[in-house]
Amino acid sequence: MCLAVPGKIESIDDADPVFRSGKVNFGGILKEVNLAYVPEANIGDYVLVHVGFAISTIDEAQAQETLSYLEEMDRLAGMENR
Amino acid sequence: MKHIDEYRDGNAARAYAEAIGRITTRPWTIMEVCGGQTHSIVKFGIDELLPRSVTLVHGPGCPVCVTPLELIEKAISIASIPGVLFCSFGDMLRVPGVSRDLLSVKAAGGDVRIVYSPLDALRLAVEQPGREVVFFAVGFETTAPAVAMAAHQAVRQDVRNFSLLVSHVLVPPAMETVLSSPGNRVQGFLAAGHVCAVMGTAEYEPIASRYHVPIVVTGFEPVDILQGIHMCLRQLEQGRAEVENQYARSVRPEGNPAAQKLIREVFQVVPRKWRGIGEIARSGLGLREAYASLDAETRFGVAGHTTEEPPECRSGLVLQGLLKPHECPEFGARCTPEHPLGATMVSSEGACAAYYHYRRRRG
Ligand code: SF4
Repeated sequence: MCLAVPGKIESIDDADPVFRSGKVNFGGILKEVNLAYVPEANIGDYVLVHVGFAISTIDEAQAQETLSYLEEMDRLAGMENR
Repeated sequence: MKHIDEYRDGNAARAYAEAIGRITTRPWTIMEVCGGQTHSIVKFGIDELLPRSVTLVHGPGCPVCVTPLELIEKAISIASIPGVLFCSFGDMLRVPGVSRDLLSVKAAGGDVRIVYSPLDALRLAVEQPGREVVFFAVGFETTAPAVAMAAHQAVRQDVRNFSLLVSHVLVPPAMETVLSSPGNRVQGFLAAGHVCAVMGTAEYEPIASRYHVPIVVTGFEPVDILQGIHMCLRQLEQGRAEVENQYARSVRPEGNPAAQKLIREVFQVVPRKWRGIGEIARSGLGLREAYASLDAETRFGVAGHTTEEPPECRSGLVLQGLLKPHECPEFGARCTPEHPLGATMVSSEGACAAYYHYRRRRG
């Protein structure tokens, strides 16, 4: 039940800041999500959603870094062996 | 789907398994704290990709599993009161109480409903002012911001027919309980990424240094978990014990300040009982004085009730990594997901149920 799922913000309604909410797209399925805890998030950003609340904005640069971790490890190992 | 599929790539997973094999020179035992990670590990067979010398043990991080029997009994009592509309996350409905579960209250005519978010329960209270609407607030730090918002809105909008049965738990005290248990085997941790997205990473620093264990904040997809294991093993092999962040795309060191602020406003840190483990000091969240009017335990007069745990379920040992699910004599025999003896067999994130679903056939 602690699962949180990434989705993309399609629209934002922030007439009331506490109820800042928006439509988030999860692989084609649109859901209403509370965005009060991610005041920095904009349309097009990916957010991590848990029980109807966005709890974090996903950082694209960090995501890229995670995906190139092994290459980085190989590079480090190469340097050590030299 | 973006931010999911790329972390499920089979070739990448195999490359990680090889990289892990290359750096591992000794036997190590690592605990993944979160039930969501346990589910991924067993489902994708991640533990089977690892060198034999690396053992994963499954931690106490499933709120459904650790909610004490006592609270389940309180939930059943409240849900059975005529006129009460009892709302819960779906996983809680089948958690066995002493003689029945919430689902059987529903079958007997009780109004028990599954909601996706605590705000849905609040909405029901606003729509039906004549009913007492109760939300069963279980969860770790990940879920606390949502419940805090529902509490905050209820008070702000003066919704008087809404209350909360609170059983919130905190991860760091549970990790310390595991580490200070005399039979502890855990040498490194994968910390729960979603908890840290809310709370940040600072509270893990003292644990890493006091117990000299590496703690790697880790995500939930196979590549995340394998990378977390690699980072943890690297530290173990090099004799380091630091807090590292594998899940940096979602976890900032400071966490989510807006969420923490509302959690602090609504909740205070309290002692809490954990199913199978017992009471752990400062391990839960309870409502603050200003929100005490929302407390369902006082509203419905169940605050003093206590219940003893059944002795035949060994979930306490499973939750502390001292016993693997299939080593429990009841596993798959008297205890199955259809007839669970303990909560770790109910929730799909519970270690016993994960083994039952994905491992039984292979023995
Ligand atoms: S298999 Fe069943 S009885 Fe045994 S520890 Fe797991 S939940 Fe408890």
